[in-house]
Amino acid sequence: MDKILLEVKNLRAGIEGKEILKGVNLTVRPGEVHAIMGPNGAGKSTLSSVLAGDPSFVVTEGEVSFHGVNLLELSPENRSHEGLFLSFQYPVEIPGVSMVNFMRAAINAKRKYFNQDPLSASEFLKLMRQKREVVELDNKLASRSVNEGFSGGEKKRNEIFQMAVLEPRLSILDETDSGLDIDALRIVAGGVNKLKTAENATIVITHYQRLLDYIKPDFVHVLYKGRIVRTGGPELALTLEERGYDWIKQEIDNK
Amino acid sequence: MSALSQYIELFDSHRDTIEAKSAAILNEYRYDARQSLDGKTLPSKGTEGYEKTSVEDMFLPDFGVNINRVNIPVDVSLSFKCDVPNMSTIMAFVVNDSFVPSSTLHNKMPKGVIIDSLAKMAQENPELVRRYYNTLAHRDNAMVALNTMLVQDGVMIYVPQGVVMERPIQLVNIFNSAASLMGVRRLLIVVEEGAKAQVLVCDHTQNSEYNYLSSQVMEVFVAPNASLDIYDIEESSATTSRHSQLFARQERDSQLLVNGVTLTSGTTRNDYHIDLVGSNCSTTLAGMAIGSGTQHVDNNSSIRHLATHSNSNQLFKYVLDEESTGAFEGAIYVAEGAQFTEAYQSNRNLLASKQARMHTKPQLEIYNDDVKCSHGATTGQLDADALFYMRSRGIPEQEARTMLMQAFMVDVIDMVKMDGLRDRLRHLVEKRFYGQQATCADCGVTCRDAKKD
Repeated sequence: MDKILLEVKNLRAGIEGKEILKGVNLTVRPGEVHAIMGPNGAGKSTLSSVLAGDPSFVVTEGEVSFHGVNLLELSPENRSHEGLFLSFQYPVEIPGVSMVNFMRAAINAKRKYFNQDPLSASEFLKLMRQKREVVELDNKLASRSVNEGFSGGEKKRNEIFQMAVLEPRLSILDETDSGLDIDALRIVAGGVNKLKTAENATIVITHYQRLLDYIKPDFVHVLYKGRIVRTGGPELALTLEERGYDWIKQEIDNK
Repeated sequence: MSALSQYIELFDSHRDTIEAKSAAILNEYRYDARQSLDGKTLPSKGTEGYEKTSVEDMFLPDFGVNINRVNIPVDVSLSFKCDVPNMSTIMAFVVNDSFVPSSTLHNKMPKGVIIDSLAKMAQENPELVRRYYNTLAHRDNAMVALNTMLVQDGVMIYVPQGVVMERPIQLVNIFNSAASLMGVRRLLIVVEEGAKAQVLVCDHTQNSEYNYLSSQVMEVFVAPNASLDIYDIEESSATTSRHSQLFARQERDSQLLVNGVTLTSGTTRNDYHIDLVGSNCSTTLAGMAIGSGTQHVDNNSSIRHLATHSNSNQLFKYVLDEESTGAFEGAIYVAEGAQFTEAYQSNRNLLASKQARMHTKPQLEIYNDDVKCSHGATTGQLDADALFYMRSRGIPEQEARTMLMQAFMVDVIDMVKMDGLRDRLRHLVEKRFYGQQATCADCGVTCRDAKKD
């Protein structure tokens, strides 16, 4: 398959003058699942934040093309409309903004972007009901403020619920397994797998191999010191699980 | 010429007219008030308690005062398009500073309840008015004295012993004039033992071509075991300033809620003086201000716990955008004998622009050991993490900001106990943040009372 969904070329970015990404290259095609692994501080979360357009990071060099669109020129909201979704490692609590208003604003903003009329109240409620089932999200959470008082598992399920509603072309799951017990992990991973099609793609950012038992990657990349230093198949994740990151660090540091 | 001297001069040269067009009891206090102003000035910016607000500047423009009580024709049904939806209120109007009953006002009144012109009541029921009028307001305060010197009419609300008012009372203050005008407004609220009432006051400006100043003094008496809720919503215009002073006295086992909302105005200064003279009182004082343009909103509260086992809770929140400025100064005083007091105060503010400024000064003064008191003030900006989270879901930045500002006000809105008003307020706040003039014109709700009038 030649179609490219995401092409990252020599991406350099940092925060407050400190460079964290030092030339990342990555190509993702439709239907693929990529895992990005790496030791703490390698830049994994920075990569996901930069791709989603977090304004606290500054891109200093490189290009990112998203189905032919220059991603770096787009606002975070337009990246979302164009089909990028970031599942946050730490979903933000927003007291006073109800889940319902939040999702309605998100959906209708996307519809407006594509010159569609807003959803009617009944269409909207129907959509919410359908999508909640993907991650078995409790109806009562919908009437609460965004993520406020949600348990760790509920927050992550809420992320996948939003992903189900927005139907992105590329989902980046940033440490989605952190803070999850095994049951919640199964539900979240199950949700991600249900949403997988031949047209969309997923980047799974994780520190541990555990999540990859549930979400099977086609490619595994190791990010270290702001660069992808090794790429392999699913077996690379197993090797890392067994041997840790030290051997890769040594290899790279001794070069 | 100082702001004060122009009004003193007005009084000195027109005292006969002012008195002829008012009532005896109101006239009784006039001259003393006048004398007390000799040698005084109105507070200017930087005076203690007025760090950021110049009352002098508010009163300085040459406002006219309608001392001849010229009837300024206002079509109240036109000017006030919206009732509170889903709520039937007992409504009356104050046009500039004259009381105007709605046509249905007296039909709806429970027995013994008075909602009427203060001047008229002073003539018809002088004993009652004399018992309360000008007994609570601080007479040594220059703004109170100015108001007392010039006031010719006002509103009296009286709820007799044991009467529980099911319908809220709604007072609509309207400015409309063909010249710049100062409205000298006075409100007397008495809720007798065991009685219960809710009062909603809304400030509107109909003809905003001219400048207006509201000089308002409210005296509020809450008898033992009585309950009173006051909602005071200011939704006027950039050309309207408001100087309002509330003096309340609570007796044992009483409950008072005051929720002051500033949506649109020019300069606003609200003073709240609440004395808890009996035990077991409960007081909630809440306020919100939404500032934009060059608006300035200053709330100043003083709650005095003078007896045991009472609790008070204060929450003031501001969202200031563009070049607007805000000030809050709140004092809790707990007297020596007021053991087992619980008193809390919180002021939280959001600055939505680089130019907006907030000044806050919480104070506690406690003279015994057996109390639970706290105060806190925070001023910050919109949560950048929440903003990015919302944008990453496709919500445009401006809309996300608006949603967060609205969300910030939720707890003040939730302190409104009337369902219909809470929904209405939510709607008004939303419209205010979306930059629309928060009038009722297009709310789409059929307003029963306004139509009947």
